[in-house]
Amino acid sequence: MEKTTNNYSRRSFLKVSSLSGGGMMIGFSWLASFMPNEALASVEAAKEWIELTGFIKITLDNQIVILSPNPEFGQNVMTSLPMLIAEELEVDWRKVKVEQGDFDTPRFKRQFTGGSQAMRMAWKPLRTAGATARMMLLQAAANEWNVPINELTATNGVVVHKPSNKNTTYGALAAAAAKLPTPEKVELKKNGEFTLLGTPQKNVEGNKIVSGKSLFTMDYKHEGMLIAMAIHPPAFGMKLKSFDATDALKMPGVKNVFDIQVYKDGYERAGFDTRTFNKLVVVVGNSTWEVMNARKKVIVQWEPIQETIETVNSWGGKKKEVVPAGLESTDTHMKQMYEMQQKQAKILRKDGDPDAAFKNAHKIIEKTYSAPFLPHNTMEPISCFAHITNDKALFVAPIQIPEMMKQNIMTNLEVPADKIDIKLARMGGGFGRRAYGHYIIEAGIISKKMQAPVKLIYTREDDMTNGIYRPSYMVTYKAAIDDKNNVTAIHIKGGGIPEKAIHENRFPAGAFDNYIAEGWDISSNITIGAFRAPGSNFIAAAEQSFLDELAETIGKDPIDYRIELLKKAKVNPVGKNNDYDVDRYIAVLELVKQKSGWGLAQNKNVKRGVAAYFCHNSYAAHVVDVTMKNGLPVVDQVISALDCGWVVNPEGAKNMVEGAIVDGIGNALYGGLRFEKGVPMQKNFNQYRMIRLKEAPKKIDVHFVQNNIDPTGLGEPPFPPVFGALANALYKATGKRFYHQPFINDLNKS
Amino acid sequence: MSMINLKVNGKEIEVDVDPSTPVLWVLRDHLNLIGTKYGCGVGSCGACTIHLNGRALKSCQLPVSAVGKQEITTIEGLSENGSHPVQKAWLDTDVAQCGYCQTGQIMAAAALLKAKPHPTDEDIDNYMSGNICRCGTYVRIKEAIKTAAKSSN
Repeated sequence: MEKTTNNYSRRSFLKVSSLSGGGMMIGFSWLASFMPNEALASVEAAKEWIELTGFIKITLDNQIVILSPNPEFGQNVMTSLPMLIAEELEVDWRKVKVEQGDFDTPRFKRQFTGGSQAMRMAWKPLRTAGATARMMLLQAAANEWNVPINELTATNGVVVHKPSNKNTTYGALAAAAAKLPTPEKVELKKNGEFTLLGTPQKNVEGNKIVSGKSLFTMDYKHEGMLIAMAIHPPAFGMKLKSFDATDALKMPGVKNVFDIQVYKDGYERAGFDTRTFNKLVVVVGNSTWEVMNARKKVIVQWEPIQETIETVNSWGGKKKEVVPAGLESTDTHMKQMYEMQQKQAKILRKDGDPDAAFKNAHKIIEKTYSAPFLPHNTMEPISCFAHITNDKALFVAPIQIPEMMKQNIMTNLEVPADKIDIKLARMGGGFGRRAYGHYIIEAGIISKKMQAPVKLIYTREDDMTNGIYRPSYMVTYKAAIDDKNNVTAIHIKGGGIPEKAIHENRFPAGAFDNYIAEGWDISSNITIGAFRAPGSNFIAAAEQSFLDELAETIGKDPIDYRIELLKKAKVNPVGKNNDYDVDRYIAVLELVKQKSGWGLAQNKNVKRGVAAYFCHNSYAAHVVDVTMKNGLPVVDQVISALDCGWVVNPEGAKNMVEGAIVDGIGNALYGGLRFEKGVPMQKNFNQYRMIRLKEAPKKIDVHFVQNNIDPTGLGEPPFPPVFGALANALYKATGKRFYHQPFINDLNKS
Repeated sequence: MSMINLKVNGKEIEVDVDPSTPVLWVLRDHLNLIGTKYGCGVGSCGACTIHLNGRALKSCQLPVSAVGKQEITTIEGLSENGSHPVQKAWLDTDVAQCGYCQTGQIMAAAALLKAKPHPTDEDIDNYMSGNICRCGTYVRIKEAIKTAAKSSN
């Protein structure tokens, strides 16, 4: 057993417990509101629930519900996080019902889907919640039977007192337990004592998903609900001038057409408040098809924006952000980035004397890599339900980081904190896009104006052309090689539109005596934000392709060379602040080497590439096997090694790694949004190429390093190294290096 | 608006809609059959896949006026309680991540297996490539289809 201090203050627990103490709480499932006429609603509402610790609800007949605190967007936290509670609570997982918690961060402490932190941050707190409830239930039994608590055991929701042969259920004890004080300290199980954690468990919403039940915001229905769609500028760098809705208002089913301003003048964006098109024309009507048709009849005049300087109250304090005027194009962006590579940049890190090393080099290799803007293209387009009345601001929203939306809602919708009620709908994908809840404000403003419940829907075209894109990047890697084939210096220089992707303290920093990293940024009026493994998703591609080329240049095996560098960084690290764990890095490389049979005779003819990367506290290495068919790659197999610490749900974890690999291959080969004069040139899936089933790897083989490290992240870490591993495999298969994403452009040229 | 008669999931239904309305929006907005999803509206993603007389079709491209007497089956009508072999295989394989595209994937897979009970890898590749899964669950989708094919032996 491991002792842990109860971080849930007594007060926060008892806020919930006292509800039960003052009388039973009536449970209500928000899902029931989807289907008001179905049996589910009456069954749920008739039940009397007793709440423990804010995460657990128990009925008198021993039914147990665990609330999942974090928003779910496919990373399967709705299964894995409640597993943490169930393990310590000692209940039968097969009988537990899991429900999505509402937005209630004081209760749940953390409601944040992003940065691969869900499991890492929940690992102790949620187990503590489960253990606390178990202790309170045991104490209630001890009091009732007048026996010492240490003579009691709890299994599968039943408390047993062996000496007297008594037993009773959690359901029978819950009411008494809820009145007890929260224990100051509880004991948590150690790795090795788990019976549920570490076993493969299926998605708790699997049955609802395969039978098409209402889960997503797009599916939500509400009495009297209207449908709204917005018209945004056709180009970045443009804004609303005027509009004429005369014809649109004559269309059947149309209720109103008006313009809205999303953020109030002078609003200082904070946290995840992204910049967005601030003035939109909105069409509201009875049904989706009617609104779609009416929208076409609105005549809108647009005008160019002027340069503005906005104050952003973001991480680490206030800063100024320049939003330039002008209509930007991809071709111009590329020219601008190449120009910046020739200019002086900001030095981010410097070890030793790289200038001298390059001056004295026998050979220099220098390669430049680039990548385009990427839309997230979640399968469920952006949507949000809002119903703002004097009593309440009700939202059903797909939002990754609800805890960061509160201030934005309070300021821009003028709603006091205690009236904000957000139901967290299952998200049809996120990948970072739904960290930016401007659409919640938009839906709220529309509901206020209409004085009605409203569902705002983005069409696919709206979603793709009003994105919060992955920035466009460029980087040049340069290595100095002496006459004995030793690499004597590394120079990394790069930037992005509007921000760079240099992680100057990550590997291979620390492995070279002479090292310099420099960066620059080019401001832009195109809106950008986090996209699965921000920054890493580009820089890993460049770095891992370059290391492959470097290893080849000096005649070394790419895996052995990486391990050699890592060992050097371990024994004799250069510089300070090296941001990676050498042993964990080496472990994934060695595991992928072993599992792929790297270098073995029978695999010598396989065209394969390798890459590894560290980000979001976890380590990933992939070997990608490729054969060429009609000039295009077929990915026969991907072998993957991960170290994300202790794996809570191996089934879900494997699925996520497989998804990251497919996502990586798709974006590396096909991903890229082009701009011409501010206009996104691809608007829908008939123009934007997404990876399809026939292009996915024929086989994916995922392995986890077995260790006892507390869980670290998994949603993002397997993604970045895919790009490099694929590029390196393509080189083996075609004899060509792939420097510029998407690779399909250069494949088509050959 | 006009009254249109449809047969959906075995039931005769009358709806009062604009005849140009795609079946997708009739199902979702007027019949509350929300298992059929909107993904692109241009027939490129397959999230809206239904069966028309047993054959898979993208419902966003089908005006309701063109349905006539043909029978519509949606995911809600594929089985009661998710018991169709394809749905069961999906659960056994734990396919879904976000889950948004999966009803369309299942409808496509069910139609494939109906037409070709024992598809080859190439059959699956070609038939299923009209359906996008942004989470990248393709390897599991393929595995689930093979499981379903075996279970119907």
